[in-house]
Amino acid sequence: MPIMQAVVEREKYLSEYSMIEIAKQIDIPAAEVYGTATFYSFIETKPTGQFIIRMCKTITCAMKGKNQVLFAIQDMLKIKMGETTPDKKFTLLETNCLGWCHKAPAMMVNDEVYTELTPEKVRDILTGYMKINEQNLN
Amino acid sequence: MKVMAISHQLKRVDFIFSNENDWEKVLSTTIKKKPADLINELISSELKGRGGAGFPTGLKWKLASEAKSDAKYIICNADEGEPGTFKDREILSKVPYKVLTAMAVCGYITGAKEGFIYLRGEYKFLLTELNKAIDEFQYYCKEIKFDFKISIFMGSGAYICGEETALMESMEGKRGEPRNKPPFPTQHGYKNMPTVINNVETLVHTFTIFKYGAKKFYDLGVQYSRGTKLFSVSGDTPKPGIYELELGMSLQDFVYEFGDGDTKAVQVGGASGFLVPRKKFKDAAIGFKGKLTGISLPTGGSMMLFNSSRSMYNVLDNYLEFFREESCGQCTPCRVGCQQLLLGIKAVKRGEKPAAYLDKLLRLTETMQLTAKCGLGQSVANSFSSIVENFHEEMIY
Repeated sequence: MPIMQAVVEREKYLSEYSMIEIAKQIDIPAAEVYGTATFYSFIETKPTGQFIIRMCKTITCAMKGKNQVLFAIQDMLKIKMGETTPDKKFTLLETNCLGWCHKAPAMMVNDEVYTELTPEKVRDILTGYMKINEQNLN
Repeated sequence: MKVMAISHQLKRVDFIFSNENDWEKVLSTTIKKKPADLINELISSELKGRGGAGFPTGLKWKLASEAKSDAKYIICNADEGEPGTFKDREILSKVPYKVLTAMAVCGYITGAKEGFIYLRGEYKFLLTELNKAIDEFQYYCKEIKFDFKISIFMGSGAYICGEETALMESMEGKRGEPRNKPPFPTQHGYKNMPTVINNVETLVHTFTIFKYGAKKFYDLGVQYSRGTKLFSVSGDTPKPGIYELELGMSLQDFVYEFGDGDTKAVQVGGASGFLVPRKKFKDAAIGFKGKLTGISLPTGGSMMLFNSSRSMYNVLDNYLEFFREESCGQCTPCRVGCQQLLLGIKAVKRGEKPAAYLDKLLRLTETMQLTAKCGLGQSVANSFSSIVENFHEEMIY
C-alpha cells in the first residue's frame, strides 16, 4: 500500500500501467493490485485534476448547508460531481465523514482541510487555488 | 416544548488535554515497575476500550503479555472514521507524547519492540508534526536505553479499516476486509503475531492511570463504566466541540447542557450507534452495558444533536448511504443488506411499498445483526431500528 500511496502522491492517480508495474515488481497478480487499489477511496484509478476537491457529505455537513457550498463550487468550476475541469486543474468528488463535524461543512483540497464553509468562503478558496496555478505557469 | 432539567450534574474533567511535559518522567518511572504490577493496576482501574466496543484494556494487555512469540506489535488505532467523531485528531495534535508514551509502556509490559500508528488518510496534515514528536520520543528512548520503535502507517480513506482486523489486513497491504474472530489479535494479529491494538483515547487514559494510579481513575464514573471519556459534540448545538466528561451521565443532563432548547433526538455513537428520542432522554445513560437502571449506551464518543427542524428520514437515508459505500463487500448480509435497506426506505417514502414493508426491513436488520461478520454489518441495525421505531411516521410521510 505505501507503494500505491507514493505513486498517487506523485501522479494523483494510479494508472493501469502503474498497477501492472507494481504487480510485476512485487510478484503478485495485477488483479490483486487492482482489487486493493479500488478498495480505498483515496486511491484514484482514473485520471484526476491537479487539485482534488473532496466534499464531505455525511450527516452533520449535510445538515449545515453542504448543498449550497456544493452548488457554489459547481457553478464556479462549471463541472458536476465526479468530473474534472477541461484544463485538468480541479476534480470534484464527494467523500464520507472527514471528522470535522463540529466545524461543518468541511472539504479537503488534496491534503488540505477547509472547515465552516460558506458559498462565499469556498469561492475565495478556489480563487486562491486558481492563482497558484497561474503563477506556476509564468 | 422546553426540555426540563431534573438534575444537572455533568462533570467536566480535564485529564486528557492537561499538560504532557512530564511524559519523560512518567515513561522512565513506569518502566522501572514490574509488568505484572502494571497490568494489575490497569485491571483494577476497570478501563475499557474507548473506541466504542468497550473491551477491558487491562485484560487485553494481559493476554498479549502471556502470548508466547518472537515478535509482538502495538498498534494505535487512529483510523477515526465514525461520523461525528473527531476526538482522536485532537489528541494526536495536542498531546501526542502521551500516546507515544502509552504505546511504549504497553510495549514494555507485553514485550513488544515495535509500534505503529494507523492514521486515517483524511488526517494526513498531522503527519509532519507527528513525525517530529516521534523523532523526539525515540531520541529520549535511546537516551534511557529503552528499545521501542514507533512508525506511522497511513490509511487511504476506508471506514472499515477502523475495525481492528481489517486495519491489520490493510497494514499488510491488502484490502481492508475484517478477519474471522477468534483468533483474536492478542494471539494472531499483525503478521500473525500477538498484537495489542488500542484506540488513541484508550492509550491516553492508560497514561493517566500510570501517572496518577488506578484509584483516581476508578473513582470517576459509575459501576461498569469507570473514568472519563471524550465526547465529540456536533449537530444542532450552540457549542460544538470536544468535551471530557465523567461516564454515567444521563442524556437529559447532557441535552440540558449542550442542546439548543429544541432538541428532538440525539444520535449516540455515530452512524453505528443509537438514536434516542426526546421522550427517552431521562432513561438513557451514557456508559457501557451492565448498568443497573434504564438504557445504557456504549459510545465511541460521538454525540450528534438534532433539533425539530431535521427530518429523521434524511438522517437515516444519509447513514444508510454511508454504510452502503463503506461496507467492504466481503460478506453478503452486510453488502446486500445495506443496499436493500436504502432502496427499501426510499420505496416506502415514495409510496411504492406499504408501510408494513418497514417491518420486513427491521427483520432484515435483525438478520444482519446475527450473521454479519464484523461490527459494521452488525451495528447497522442499531441506528436503523432506533430511528424507524421511534420516528415511524417520518419514514412514511
